[in-house]
Amino acid sequence: MELRVEHLCKRYGENAVLDDISFTARIGVTRLLGPSGIGKTTLLRVLLGLETPDSGTVNGDKFRWTAVFQENRLLEGLDAEGNLRFVLGANYNAAAAQALLEELGLGDVGKKKVRDYSGGMQRRLALARALLAPSDALALDEPFTGLDAENREAAMRAILRAAETKIVILSTHEELPIPVLCQIIEL
Amino acid sequence: MRGKKQNVRLWAVAFWLIVWQLAAVALHAAYPHGALLLPSPVSSLARLWTLASTAVFWRAIGTSSMHILGGFLLSCALAVVLAALSARFSRVEELLAPLVAAVKTVPVASFIILALIWLSSRTLPLFIAALMVFPPVYLNVLEGIRRTDASLLEMARVFRVPFSRTLRGVYLPQVLPYFRSAVSAALGLCWKAGTAAEVIALSSGSIGEKLYNAKIYFQTADLFAWTAAIVLISAAFEKLFLLLVDKIAERMGA
Repeated sequence: MELRVEHLCKRYGENAVLDDISFTARIGVTRLLGPSGIGKTTLLRVLLGLETPDSGTVNGDKFRWTAVFQENRLLEGLDAEGNLRFVLGANYNAAAAQALLEELGLGDVGKKKVRDYSGGMQRRLALARALLAPSDALALDEPFTGLDAENREAAMRAILRAAETKIVILSTHEELPIPVLCQIIEL
Repeated sequence: MRGKKQNVRLWAVAFWLIVWQLAAVALHAAYPHGALLLPSPVSSLARLWTLASTAVFWRAIGTSSMHILGGFLLSCALAVVLAALSARFSRVEELLAPLVAAVKTVPVASFIILALIWLSSRTLPLFIAALMVFPPVYLNVLEGIRRTDASLLEMARVFRVPFSRTLRGVYLPQVLPYFRSAVSAALGLCWKAGTAAEVIALSSGSIGEKLYNAKIYFQTADLFAWTAAIVLISAAFEKLFLLLVDKIAERMGA
């Protein structure tokens, strides 16, 4: 299982956001590095099939993706379970969901609606959704935004567990909460 | 979702009832048949009470409710389906635009008289009620669909959420507030126009027919009593329907 990105280019008007990007990602963590505005989000959107590159190829459509987007994109009128059921449908497993929510520090949210969550809680629920949904590749765009040190570490451990069987493309400009052996792609 | 702000104050209602009562008393004192010109609120209420104890009254309520609510529900269903099609296919929207504009601008009386040529007196009120509901519901639902959060639709696409679940989880919670506000505006209109159609079509056994008879026989108290009945049913149905929409919206997480 290999994600192949070859000579990817994407421009917005005069601005070249992605300029001849090539890499191969295998099961494990591939980290996209680069300052803000360099094109990490655009690259993830191309991988997810949400943007069409101007040139180059990517075999992203071979994979079943889940994602943590730049924004949380949660159904704010629903609680945590409602949000997880929305993406999981019949695959929703209450025990697995509760275990992951507890690991991410969301074990006691109960029936509270997402609109009443703090920013950090929403981020962790968005990560839980991406980790629980069936997939073979994850696109994580700044998943640690708004998380304190303890929660960042818990989130990273959950991501690493997923990376044992899945391709994880992780975009973050922050230092990782725990040392991780990963491929680094500098944009 | 919350109901509209309560603008009607009890003291203001009481004030106008007193004005009405005083005007009726003054007319009654000035003219021997003053009660024919303006019955008092007390006599109108008494007449309503008397009418409400007859089977004819409830049959008329049932007949008119079937006409008007039937038209309302059919129109809502059609408007929602066509709004969804218009949101998806711009040609459908283009095709419907002149029709919607015509229904919005042509006087309802013209439609009633025209439709009287084509339809029976039983189906005319249903058709007119449907016609009144269609433009606001269609336009509002279309607007609601257009304003659905594109980022949530994108999320659903990435997670391969089936359309049925996207409809329930994303579209419905976002479109229901638009639907609610359209229905709130359209329901009163629907009763007004539907009853007018019943009066003109002399729809047998309907409230409209009773209103017509009240006019013919100078039963002004009856006219007021039937009018009060229409207002009460219209308000009750609006409350009930909006309560139902609110319950659904709450379940959907709107």
